Parts: sequence; C-alpha cells; structure tokens
Amino acid sequence: MFVPSVTNPIGDFVRNLVPQVTAYLPVAFQSETLDSVVAFLINAVICIIAVCAVNIGSAPILIYMERKVCAHVQCRLGPMRLGWHGTMQTIADVLKMLFKEVYAPSGADKLMFYTAPMIVLIAPFMVCALIPFSKDLVVADVSMGIPLIIAVNGFGVLGILLGGWSSNNKYSLLGALRSGAQIISYEISFAMILLFVVMISGSTNLMDITMSQQGTVFDWWIFKIPVLGFIAFILFFISSTAEMNRAPFDIAEAEQELTGGYHTEYNGTPFAMFYLAEYIALVTNSALATTCFLGGFHAPCIGFAPVDNVLNMVPGLVWFFGKVFFMIWCYMMVRWTFVRPRVDQLMDFEWKFLLPVNLVLLTAGAAWIAISG
Amino acid sequence: MQESSSFIPYIKRYLKRCITGPWSLLCGLSVTFKYFIDPRRIVTEQYPENRKTLKMHPRYRGRLEMIEDADGNNHCTACGMCERACPNASINVLSTKNIAGKKVLGRYVYHFASCTQCGLCVEACPFGAIRMNQDFEVATTDPNTLEMILNKKEGQG
Ligand code: SF4
Ligand code: SF4
Repeated sequence: MFVPSVTNPIGDFVRNLVPQVTAYLPVAFQSETLDSVVAFLINAVICIIAVCAVNIGSAPILIYMERKVCAHVQCRLGPMRLGWHGTMQTIADVLKMLFKEVYAPSGADKLMFYTAPMIVLIAPFMVCALIPFSKDLVVADVSMGIPLIIAVNGFGVLGILLGGWSSNNKYSLLGALRSGAQIISYEISFAMILLFVVMISGSTNLMDITMSQQGTVFDWWIFKIPVLGFIAFILFFISSTAEMNRAPFDIAEAEQELTGGYHTEYNGTPFAMFYLAEYIALVTNSALATTCFLGGFHAPCIGFAPVDNVLNMVPGLVWFFGKVFFMIWCYMMVRWTFVRPRVDQLMDFEWKFLLPVNLVLLTAGAAWIAISG
Repeated sequence: MQESSSFIPYIKRYLKRCITGPWSLLCGLSVTFKYFIDPRRIVTEQYPENRKTLKMHPRYRGRLEMIEDADGNNHCTACGMCERACPNASINVLSTKNIAGKKVLGRYVYHFASCTQCGLCVEACPFGAIRMNQDFEVATTDPNTLEMILNKKEGQG
C-alpha cells in the first residue's frame, strides 16, 4: 500500500503518527488500509505545500536578485529605499500586482485568456516536483524523470501561444508565434542534451543521475568526460536560456519591437502569473543544470580527506541551493550582458549550428562510452 | 571550379567566426563582471541622504553666473555675443555709456525660467566673463526670483 520510493524523516514521522492517532478512534475506523491512505494524503499535502513554498517563495528573492545584479552590471545601485537596501521593494511590487483590477480586452477569448497563465505555470511546478533537493528530499522519484521533464516543458509554449492568440492583439499574436517557433526549435536541443546526460549516466531517474556523480568535483558530469562534458554544459546553458525566453533570446517579449509580446494585454494577477512562471522556470532550469552537470546535492569535494570531511558536514540541501543560485547568477549575467539576436539569426543558430553540434556531441559521447567501457 | 574556389574561403571564414564569436562574448562578459564586482564603479548618488557630501561633476551645467573677482568686478564688455547665441532669448544685455562715452555693461538680465542650460552663451563669450555654476537645487515657488541680474557692478571692462 502506497510504499514511497524514497523514505525521508518527515514522511516516516507522518506514517508513524497516523496509526497512533487512529488508535483513539472507534474500532470501526481502524484498519491498516485506512491508515496508509490517510498517511499518504497527509504526505501529499505536505509535498504540495513544499513545492509551492519553494516556487512562490523563491520568486520575490529572484526578482530582488535580478534587480540588484542588473543594477550592479550597469553601474547602478538598484532598489535602495524600501527596507534595508530595498529588500521590501519586491514585496511591495507583488502586492501592487495582486490588488490591480483584472480585465480582458474587448474581443478577447475570455476563457483562453484566463487559462493561459495557469497553463504556463504548470510546467515549472511539475519539473520542480521531480528535482531531488537532497538525498531523501524529492517529491516524485519517478523512473522516467528526464522524458517527463521534456514532455512537461512543452506546456509552457502552449500557454504562451494561447495567451497571445486569445488576447486579440497583433503584437501579442506576433510575439506568441515567434516564441512558439523559438521554443519548439530549442526544445530539440534541450532534449538532446538531456539525452546525452541520460546516455552517459545510464539512467533517466534524476536521483540516479545525481548519485552517479558521487565523489569529487571531477566526478561531476561537466568534468568527468573530458571536454565533451563542458561543451554539453554550455549547450545546455544556451538552449535552456532560449527555453525560458530570457534575454538574449527573449524574442517572445522583445519590448522594443512588440511592446511586451504575448503578455501585452495582461495586467494584474494574470500578468503576475506569467512573471512568476518565468522566474520559477529559472529556478527549475538551474536545478536541472545542477542535477545533470554540477553534481546535484553532492558537496564539491576535492579529493583531500580533511577538507572533504568539513565540506560533507554541510547538508546537501545547502549545496544544492548554493549551486542553483550560482547558476541563476550566471543566467542573469548573460541576460544583462548580451544583445538580442534577430529572429532569423536565432533560428539559424538553432538549426544550422546548435542541432548539428548536438548530434556530433551525442555520437562523440557514445564513442567515449564505447572506448572507456 | 567556381564552386570550390568560393567554398574554401567560406569554410575558413565560418571556422574563424566560430572562434572569434565566443571570444567576443567572453570579452563582453569580462567587462560586465568587472562592473559587477567593483563597487567603485557605481555612479548612483543617494541624493537626499548624502546632501552634505554630494559634489557635482565639473561638467555639470547649472545656473548661469558671472565670473567676478573679490571686489565684484567682471570682464563683461556688453558686446552682446551671448545674447545673440542664446537660442531662446534668455539673456538681455542692457548696455549703458560711461563718463568717457564708452559702451559698458549696465545690467545683465538673465531669465532662468526659459534657460535650457545649453551653455551656448558661455561658448560664445569672447572674454570668458560668464560660466555655468554647479547649483542643482534651483526649484522655487516664486517665479519672480527666476528673473535675475547677474552683475553686481556696472560699467567696467
Ligand atoms: S545656457 Fe543656453 S539657454 Fe541658457 S542663457 Fe545660455 S545660451 Fe541661453
Ligand atoms: S557676457 Fe561675454 S558675450 Fe555676453 S555681453 Fe558680456 S562679454 Fe559679451
């Protein structure tokens, strides 16, 4: 009955607690099955709350971080007024968003218009549930993790297309179509790189992929395979940036050309949801990069016992989020440094450069596995 | 034949770009990284808080003023070049005659309200008699204070 694939202290605590509580109930309610069902439901609620907390809680932090990183890159200070160094600024902005009036333009397809932001939010939430945050901290430890992520990521583009099409606006439609073409193209590279990781680690389960990188820093997939790992990491970085619609690949928004792209007509809470989805996608993509290339929750050991012992004392969760925030910082630096390419250049880059390189990389990876055994 | 002769340079150029492209991206990243880690590069001023220590940049153009020595003497000869240079007629040079019958400066009237701080008058002055000062807190509730007479003394030069 509902045996969890990964046991962890919180889940075990609930599973032990439920029989003790039901012992006080009338005998008619006492059964092993009922206990396990109740424990399962309680654990499920805890999982949902945890995923929501990680996602929604990280968004204000990321928005603040983005503002500060962007400001310092551009020789500015960023928000400084509200709270210590402007820490309350994001919260004020979020509150402002939530209290705004929500309305749709006339002629918009109301049902689609309001469904689109929710569809966009599905993908990052589901991916977040698959990521192993620590040795015993993963919501859904499914054996087909990577294919599921590839499949679920496609939801994002559906939401963007629906949002652009239903808002009855030329700019929105153009932005949505452009971003649809972009995301579908880059999804191929994205999937290829994940397949490369699957190939070298020999598993589609994210937990197994993390465990296969146990050891020192040089056992991480980015360094373990000479040169190829690093190239794969760079390619993953590029294609996931395009996946997330972030600059330099923010063709979907392109505010100078399209006045905001697919979310031109959105305001208030629906707009906040698009915004939120963008930032959660940043977290999940960084988490994916961490899991696949940077050793997940493993400490960056260097193969020198005294140092390693100290590093291993820090819990895996801390290492994981440390690496995730490093990745996020990298994405931000790239965003505020590079300029946006034209649409045709963007497509050229994917179909004429990234995809062939990916295919060569896959072949080279297979050759490396065959040679090294 | 035609094909192959243009094909090889094309490939060469392509491969060269594969190296130079990422290199230029890295150069860009190194610039932003330097900005990111170096707090001395920040140009933002925390204005109302640092009002005591705030120093304007030397190139800042504030209000127009007349360069005067300790006794209040200026170099203006009432030639009117600044008045002619001003694109929006913010300066009126009212000349007068001194005892010797020479044309000298009477009143130098400056309409700060219409001045755009372009600095053309300063460039036009052949005697270096005027300059833009560093005042930036120039807001006022009384429009009459925006009409000013810049010279303290009449008729030198
Ligand atoms: S600064 Fe420009 S606008 Fe102002 S008085 Fe001089 S010339 Fe005229
Ligand atoms: S300020 Fe200079 S340009 Fe203007 S009247 Fe005097 S000397 Fe001539």
